[in-house]
Amino acid sequence: MNLALTNTSSLLEVKSLHLSFGANKVLNNVDLCVTGAEIVTLIGPNGSGKTTLVRAALGLVNAQSGSIWRKPNLRIGYVPQSIKVDLALPLSVRRFVTLGPKVTAEDASQALEELQIRAMQDRPIQSLSGGEMRRVLLARALAQHPELLVLDEPTAGVDVGGQADLYALIEDLRSRHGCAVLLISHDLHLVMASTDRVVCLNRHVCCTGTPQDVAEHPEYLTLFGSQHKAQLALYTHHHDHHHDLHGDLQKNTDLGPNTTSATEHVHG
Amino acid sequence: MDEFLIRAAAGGIVISLVTGPLGCFVVWRRMAYFGATLAHAALLGVALGLALEINLYLGVLVTGILICVALYLLERKPDLTSDTLLGILAHSSLAIGLVLLSLLDGVRMDLTGYLFGDVLSIRMHDIYWLAAGATLTLGALRILWKPLLSMTVDEDLARVEGISVDKLRLVFLLLVSVAVAMAMQVVGLLLTVSLLILPAASARRMVSTPESMAAVSVVLGALCVILGLWASLAADTPAGPSIVVAGTVLFALSLTLPTKT
Repeated sequence: MNLALTNTSSLLEVKSLHLSFGANKVLNNVDLCVTGAEIVTLIGPNGSGKTTLVRAALGLVNAQSGSIWRKPNLRIGYVPQSIKVDLALPLSVRRFVTLGPKVTAEDASQALEELQIRAMQDRPIQSLSGGEMRRVLLARALAQHPELLVLDEPTAGVDVGGQADLYALIEDLRSRHGCAVLLISHDLHLVMASTDRVVCLNRHVCCTGTPQDVAEHPEYLTLFGSQHKAQLALYTHHHDHHHDLHGDLQKNTDLGPNTTSATEHVHG
Repeated sequence: MDEFLIRAAAGGIVISLVTGPLGCFVVWRRMAYFGATLAHAALLGVALGLALEINLYLGVLVTGILICVALYLLERKPDLTSDTLLGILAHSSLAIGLVLLSLLDGVRMDLTGYLFGDVLSIRMHDIYWLAAGATLTLGALRILWKPLLSMTVDEDLARVEGISVDKLRLVFLLLVSVAVAMAMQVVGLLLTVSLLILPAASARRMVSTPESMAAVSVVLGALCVILGLWASLAADTPAGPSIVVAGTVLFALSLTLPTKT
């Protein structure tokens, strides 16, 4: 892997991790490492242990054996898929973003500005849609000036056009903030352009390398072979319109009125 | 006005200072049933207090702390939900308390005071104790406010951001058990939870920040105490239940306010 990055100090190192829930072995001898300013993407099918690996790396779940090392006092901005705040708690978006450790009002303003969600800063946190919530969570993470940004399926529930924009934004944030990014994705194709290293996981590390390397790796093809083709088919369908990052438009294109003509209708 | 009424009002207001903000957290964290469990266990505390011949409210506090620790330890074994565990703890401790009381020879006591509160018999030194308890809990809340709020919003985020969630949760349980031991003196163990959740629930529609909700809860709690005592005097009804009825009326009135969110 030739990462054209200068900052290569290690932030996170997971070594020979074994983790099971009861009799269910979720992670088997997994290694993972993230160094400064690189974007690492974890991909794998459902139930392959991606989220568990990330949660173990963050210290949210205990592993049976193996070692997890985090740079001392590492500032982590964690963006879970979603959170549920009790309706009884009166909390504005702005207050939520300010709730992170050592976050000043100015940090919060900047983060809200950067993600273009200033307009919703006074809304109650419970009133957000899935896509809005994801950006607010990202703002809260950014407001802490993270050295490592951890995103769990940032594009879940975001439509295809929005997904590409979101990955572009993540890459942009990385270069502006100089932070490393660890993200979980289902979808190698979308992350290809904006990731330095891919780790393909299926309870063990199947393969790892640049997106191109992984895409051609036999283990990857076995895991994703059929899906891979399906996605290629999907991606030949280019949109003639554009969705923003809100993720409000969560309808899968397959369900839209264009479906039947997906391969036929012509785009500009 | 009679001095016992002034003492009762003063004691009740001191307690509202604690149950207001803590009650908000109980509501936000959906822990009403935990409060009810502590209240059930309080009878075991009373029995222990009698058996060991120590101050009964100290007995209640100690039992409450034991329940917190038991819950904290049981929750680490995730095969049962805390809902079930609380049900077990609540009724086991209540039953053990009743059995223990029946075994205590020569104790022919009237349980009514513990079940429904005896706020009119509060003496000056009770108020000093309540004030000490209030100072302690409010001091702890002031220091822990932000991490507690953060943990209440989302435990995973709080953990990743460096908050020791497990320790903080235990501290919070202990604070609630102090509040329950205090509130029991006013409304009795059967009605304690209402003093925690009624003011907080009534405040919800009037506020848009966590802090204002805590402050409004304090005011509403004190208002319940004063209205309840007044009604109890006017209609010659028991003070504890009258305070709770006042709280219920305030809550019903708050429902007529428009929702803020």
